[in-house]
Amino acid sequence: MSDSNDFQPKIIAYVCNWCTYLGADLAGTNRLEYPASVRIVRLPCTGRIDFNLIVKAFETGADAVLVSGCHPGDCHYTAGNYHARRRWMLFRPLLEALEIDTRRIHFSWISAAEGKKWQQVITEIADKTRELGPYSDYREICQAESEK
Amino acid sequence: MARIGVFICWCGENIARNVDVEQAAAEVADLPGVACALAYKYMCSDPGQSLMRRKIAEERLTGVVVASCSPHMHLRTFRKAAAMAGLNPYLVEMANIREHCSWVHHDRSQATRKAVELIRMSVAKVRNNHALQPIAIPVTRRALVIGGGVAGIQAALDIADAGYQVALVEREPSIGGKMAGLSETFPTLDCSQCILTPRMVDVGQHPNITLHTYSEIEAVEGYVGNFKATIRKKARYVDVAKCTGCGQCWNSCPSKKTPSAFDYNMGNRTAIYVPFPQAVPARPVIDRNACLHFLKGKCGLCAKKCQAGAIRFDDQDQLVTEEVGAIVVATGFQLYSIGKEQTNGHTIGYGEYGYGQSPDVIDSLQFERLVSASGPTNGEIRRPSDGKVPKTVVFISCVGSRDNAKGISYCSKICCMYTAKHTMLYKHKVHDGQAHVFYMDIRAGGKNYDEFVRRAIEQDGAQYHRGRVSKITQENGHLIVRGVDTLAGEPLTIEADLVVLAAAMRPADHVEELAQKLNVGYDENGFLSESHPKLRPVETNAAGVFVCGACQGPKDIPESVAQASAVAGKVAIMFSREELSREPEIAKVNETNCAACFACVRACPYNAIERAEIRDRKGNLVKRTARVNQGLCMGCGTCVAVCPSKSIDLDGFSEQQIYAMVESLE
Amino acid sequence: MDIGYYPGCALHGSSNDYGSSVRACLAALGVGLRELDDWICCGATAAHSLNHLLAIALPARNLAIAERDGLPDLLAPCPMCSMELMKAGRALAASAELRRQVSDIVELDVTGEAKVLNLIQVLQKVGLDQIKEKAVRPLTDFHPACYYGCLLTRPPDTLRFDDCEQPSSMETILRALGASPVEWNMKTECCGAGLTMADEDVVLELSHKILGNAQEHGADCMVVACPMCHVNLDMKQPEVERRYGCRHDMAVYYLSDLVGLALGIDRHALGIDRHFVVKQ
Repeated sequence: MSDSNDFQPKIIAYVCNWCTYLGADLAGTNRLEYPASVRIVRLPCTGRIDFNLIVKAFETGADAVLVSGCHPGDCHYTAGNYHARRRWMLFRPLLEALEIDTRRIHFSWISAAEGKKWQQVITEIADKTRELGPYSDYREICQAESEK
Repeated sequence: MARIGVFICWCGENIARNVDVEQAAAEVADLPGVACALAYKYMCSDPGQSLMRRKIAEERLTGVVVASCSPHMHLRTFRKAAAMAGLNPYLVEMANIREHCSWVHHDRSQATRKAVELIRMSVAKVRNNHALQPIAIPVTRRALVIGGGVAGIQAALDIADAGYQVALVEREPSIGGKMAGLSETFPTLDCSQCILTPRMVDVGQHPNITLHTYSEIEAVEGYVGNFKATIRKKARYVDVAKCTGCGQCWNSCPSKKTPSAFDYNMGNRTAIYVPFPQAVPARPVIDRNACLHFLKGKCGLCAKKCQAGAIRFDDQDQLVTEEVGAIVVATGFQLYSIGKEQTNGHTIGYGEYGYGQSPDVIDSLQFERLVSASGPTNGEIRRPSDGKVPKTVVFISCVGSRDNAKGISYCSKICCMYTAKHTMLYKHKVHDGQAHVFYMDIRAGGKNYDEFVRRAIEQDGAQYHRGRVSKITQENGHLIVRGVDTLAGEPLTIEADLVVLAAAMRPADHVEELAQKLNVGYDENGFLSESHPKLRPVETNAAGVFVCGACQGPKDIPESVAQASAVAGKVAIMFSREELSREPEIAKVNETNCAACFACVRACPYNAIERAEIRDRKGNLVKRTARVNQGLCMGCGTCVAVCPSKSIDLDGFSEQQIYAMVESLE
Repeated sequence: MDIGYYPGCALHGSSNDYGSSVRACLAALGVGLRELDDWICCGATAAHSLNHLLAIALPARNLAIAERDGLPDLLAPCPMCSMELMKAGRALAASAELRRQVSDIVELDVTGEAKVLNLIQVLQKVGLDQIKEKAVRPLTDFHPACYYGCLLTRPPDTLRFDDCEQPSSMETILRALGASPVEWNMKTECCGAGLTMADEDVVLELSHKILGNAQEHGADCMVVACPMCHVNLDMKQPEVERRYGCRHDMAVYYLSDLVGLALGIDRHALGIDRHFVVKQ
């Protein structure tokens, strides 16, 4: 387990209620351990996710953001996850142009049966984020702006 | 002024082992808006719920957060408990500190830290929750059943017997569907018409059923509980009210050469006709493309002979409307078109079997008509070419089915069974005949089904050859069937008198247009899509629209009947109360702000958003706006994300709630 | 009208009777044949059995020559040639990478856009009405069985010509010229093709069945549009009759032979007297 002096990355996960949330529940039922970095925000569907939410997460101090929903074709609301995926394809170049570190934004499809995958994904993201370090740049810019 | 109660559950040891619940309670008690925070051993238990209810009253709580297990477990439990204490249930949220925390993190300080943050997020959310009331949708307690085959008949009878009015719409002049044309049914060899016609008569006589035959659905408006269907009743040229069904007209009609669709073109009918003697309603129809009166202005014999004066050459199509709360689609199937002509864009015919070239190569429904006692040969199996009795009949399975090259990848499910049945019926009528079956596999998975196939082989002497047929040609009036016997490892050529092709089952023609009118999805084969293949096989993603029978996928009669009764159950559930109650966590438009770009309308997977107009008292248009249909919205929130002006929001997962949750994590 | 002409090894060599027939017939219809400059073998069975790239490169060079020399339409009277040329053309049109690779190999620019036609398609292009207008001798005394063999209509996705199970393009032309083609059962059954060299017994048996079936259905001659089929049905016919102790006595004409006869061209010019089974 990591020493409390070690950087513990803060990960905000926007997940859909029907697939990934239940997948995370399953990881719990199976007692699969993973880093305590992630905070889940439960939404009905990844289609609900507007990218301001991702930017907001960084603004409030997140070091990484995960968006996770049902596999394509399995959306509980038939098509919400397709909208999310399309939005990401359009939004990513914009974020890159603004020099936001898109390496800190992760997408995954995790079904209600994939408790193990949830554990793997969170562990991977925590490891990667630890390597990248805290996303202090973004926070500093926000603070500078708010002090103006 | 928010007064939120936080209840942290020990969950016995499940949470308390890794999360210091008392410390967490102490920390969250100081959060803005928290009126009280405590920990308890088992929140979901009776005493736990009582505790919560007492605190709601004592502390005058305006909101509740229960930090315990997954909301999928107990959100409903706690919301009900709060409602009992007089607190609106939608002011209750849960923080998952078990599945997402204590069960997966074993460092106590980290787990406790995370639990506190999760609770903080939920508190921030609840501070922005609004009291919501379940949405009440009025229900018209009448049903519309589209399709009068065995599935539609069963659904209509069950719903009518439950006490509700049913309108049954059927495209053909009579109900009965494909089952009315069958000879006997597997595995009992019951006479098909004998078991079906009593049901058909029941439908015709049921006080709760209004039968619209020779009719089609023109348009459907509305939504669950409140549909309006426009039905086109095609002109019959016969006054159904006056007609007694005496038969004078069709017995005297001189135009006798039109191929009968009921007999799949194996026999002819007159221009004025009932499709079969047991038709319901037993009222004829005039085919104007065959009637001498319409074609040449001559004849009119039927009108002269009719004692009831029921012939009406000036009849017109009529449009009627039915207002219903639920719609059942039971449009059934047709056989794949084996020859070159295909009615859709993506299947291909079999040039190699000679179907359409030789009259003695027929499909399975045509064979049923030959075997049927009321068929074009009075039940004698005779070759269509010369009327002789065939002594060698070859049956070929999987014609079209399971063949990607022909555009049909699925199994049609019923053909193995009815082919075995055909060999038995053939043998029972032609004692010195020999049946051969070319098959790939035998699918006989129902009750008594496998035994039935074995009977065909062991008792009735059918010869089964595992292999496919590559070509059928004609020589000297016989059909040369060239195939292979893979178990013997040799090519096999059979000289047959008659060949019967078990053609694939496909959905009825034009079902895609109907599905679009109803907002029901369909797959690449045209079969209508159920909501969930395992757990919701008779519902569709269009609320209030149900499916049953072969239109949803290939199936036999027992399954069609079972699905029909299942649908009737679903409809009865819908109709069991005056109003439908729906969860209120759905989208809502700020009509003042909305710029009417309608991006949300395009994004909604349920077509639940309408383009509405706001008019003043004089009827002048003030503005246009999007408006959510509360009967259809499923609360996914896709519209919220696409709206450029943020004029639409989702109750229960609103912008304010989500942002508050994220901001609380500083 | 002028079109490119790819005779292939057969029409140049052992099936020069077909070559004469095609030239005479099309000349009478006003179709100018411009033989491809320095054409090479199409690869036939050998290439596609050994190496896919070779099987595309060999025909590709011929297509490239046609394109270079301004011949967008290319007649290949042998169905094996036309099939290999068409197959290569389709593969090249679908892949820029393949075009690059093959252009490199054949040392010419390859686009795969040249349109390859078989003999029947060229006659269809001339137009049935045009042919009927020029016809002077109705073919009323002919009751042919039209034999397509394996390569005129298959593979159906590549060739997209006629119907691979029940073809009728030759019958349509001959009927318009007064002949009475028969309906029979072996229009697309294999004659044994190149096995005529390697395993003659197979060819004799298959040809025997084909000739027999045509006879049973009332044909008095056969019509083919493939030099290989012609060899197996015509040149091997005496051997078939010897082996099976029967008389087939079926003249085997090329489609261009009968069309040529209808146009009034004499048998010698059409190469008919170079056939093995000759009827007067």
